[in-house]
Amino acid sequence: MPTATSIVTRHEVEDFLFEEAALLDEWRLDEWLDLFTLVCGYYVPPTDVPDGDHRTSLFLIADDRARLESRVEQLKGRFVHAEHPHSRTRRLIGNVRIREVVGDTVRVTSNFIVYRLRLEVTDAYVGRYEHTLQRDGGSFKISERRAVLDLDALRPHGKVSFLL
Amino acid sequence: MATNGHNGYAHRPELVIDDEQQGLFRVHRSVFTDPDILALERERIFDRCWIYAGHESEVRKPGDFVTRRVAGRPVIISRGNDDKVRVLLNSCTHRGAIVCRELSGNAKVHQCFYHGWTYTPEGAINGLPGADAYSDAFDRNERRLQEPPGGVSSYRDLIFVNFNPVNDVSLEDYLADAKDYIDVMADQSEGHMEVISGTQSYSMKGNYKLLVENSIDGYHAATTHKRYFDWLASANALDKDVMGSMLNDTDQRARLTPKVLGNGHAIVGRAVAPWGRPMAQWIPYFGEDRKPRFDEMYAKAVERLGEERAYEVCMTGGNLHIFPNLIINDIMSTTIRTFYPVEPGYMEITAWCVGPEEEQPAERALRLDNFITFLGPGGFATPDDVEALEACQRGFETVKEVQYSDISRGMKRDPHGDDELQMRAFWRQWARLMNASEPASIAGVPAGVGV
Repeated sequence: MPTATSIVTRHEVEDFLFEEAALLDEWRLDEWLDLFTLVCGYYVPPTDVPDGDHRTSLFLIADDRARLESRVEQLKGRFVHAEHPHSRTRRLIGNVRIREVVGDTVRVTSNFIVYRLRLEVTDAYVGRYEHTLQRDGGSFKISERRAVLDLDALRPHGKVSFLL
Repeated sequence: MATNGHNGYAHRPELVIDDEQQGLFRVHRSVFTDPDILALERERIFDRCWIYAGHESEVRKPGDFVTRRVAGRPVIISRGNDDKVRVLLNSCTHRGAIVCRELSGNAKVHQCFYHGWTYTPEGAINGLPGADAYSDAFDRNERRLQEPPGGVSSYRDLIFVNFNPVNDVSLEDYLADAKDYIDVMADQSEGHMEVISGTQSYSMKGNYKLLVENSIDGYHAATTHKRYFDWLASANALDKDVMGSMLNDTDQRARLTPKVLGNGHAIVGRAVAPWGRPMAQWIPYFGEDRKPRFDEMYAKAVERLGEERAYEVCMTGGNLHIFPNLIINDIMSTTIRTFYPVEPGYMEITAWCVGPEEEQPAERALRLDNFITFLGPGGFATPDDVEALEACQRGFETVKEVQYSDISRGMKRDPHGDDELQMRAFWRQWARLMNASEPASIAGVPAGVGV
């Protein structure tokens, strides 16, 4: 239950998450990067240790701001061969729940299905997002974004070369 | 090496053309697409060679177990109460159900949920309901969980299995000169290396032999992994001195070459690289504050191993292949990678990070971080390898017209880092095991031979 000094509604958090999803599905990557705080993290834990810590478990992705910026730069270029041509993605986000509000920090979980469509193959990435948001004016910034896969393995997906 | 005459190959083209005189090496692409060839590979290669199963650190205490598929069979890797590691075929000897359905854990007994038969961690029958219903001919010992008939054996904590009932080759003999490079990797630790938490389980829509080639390929680095090297430079991680030395230094160039290790195994390396090593090559990306710790680790290694060996272990890396499906790349981090052909055009891959068991938290975190900058399905390099191999497999739809791949690079010169000698070592062993009408031995192929 949110215990807030300011009220955060699911409506505004959902709006934010849906907007974020649109930026990613539309490959508006610079605008997506702008949603992050200057110190931030983007994490995709391993399929067999979903609640792991990237310092002690081998993650798939554990980017700080600098690495995330580079990841976006790379994806905008021509040399991420795995994303050339780009995957099309269509993400469905639901079950958005505000888990905790402490001052300006809002912790949110949601469920995702991200369809990746490429070369006539459709892969479904299923899992939950854990966002740590910071109130920023009338909206939010993301200080931590964790995409926790429910898959046992990236089979037949093979990779996470786009922004999950 | 013709393949005509036996096992239905009478009308097939030569699968491997090995022309040392002209310096041409060709592989027929049906080896990547033909289900009959895969069936024969399962029989002639996977059921005869020593196949990687797991690591001793995954089952530390009596009763510890992990389950996975090895050479196409579901197995339980189990440490017995006698402290011995066994690989038990995970099928109830009653009517077949998978006995242990958990990924890992510790158990005093394993119970099959279907009729309640229970097994010890050593695989013996511990009990079964209504035991008085069986005749005298029913022998509990004969009904124990089955084990790979050719044996289970470890080298430097790497557990291998053999499914050949008449196997007469020890693991040590099989590994040949590859042992030396397993030793260098494992000598990062004062004691034992350990598999670190977090498994990378993924796949590729390609034939498994493409991943053997790719994992030990120097030629593709500049092009396939351009974005990784651009990141390395832009992140200020690029040790320009090292990069320069790699290009111009004859000693490093001599080190970064493919070496044939016997029995189909090969390595590219070991040489100094610009991406750093958690034990113990410091690069600017790791941060200035870390440098004293790296100096300390290196000094300790010199004390333990001597100057020359410490340099080898700490400062150099290499890409090692153990025939037929094990890769140990000890590069910017240390990975064990194994894979299996589910279909000619689809393989399942499992990769782990290994590190010294005594590694401190800061270095452990760095080892993991350095790993995922390059390796794994979310890194800046492996996804492009996946793309490359999947692109090859799609290209193989032209196999009727575009029949042969060319793997001739470097046949007529001293080996260079971007040559394909290491792949030819693989293919020569493959052809040896696949072509013979009489099964050839999995061992006895000397190191350092072949161009």
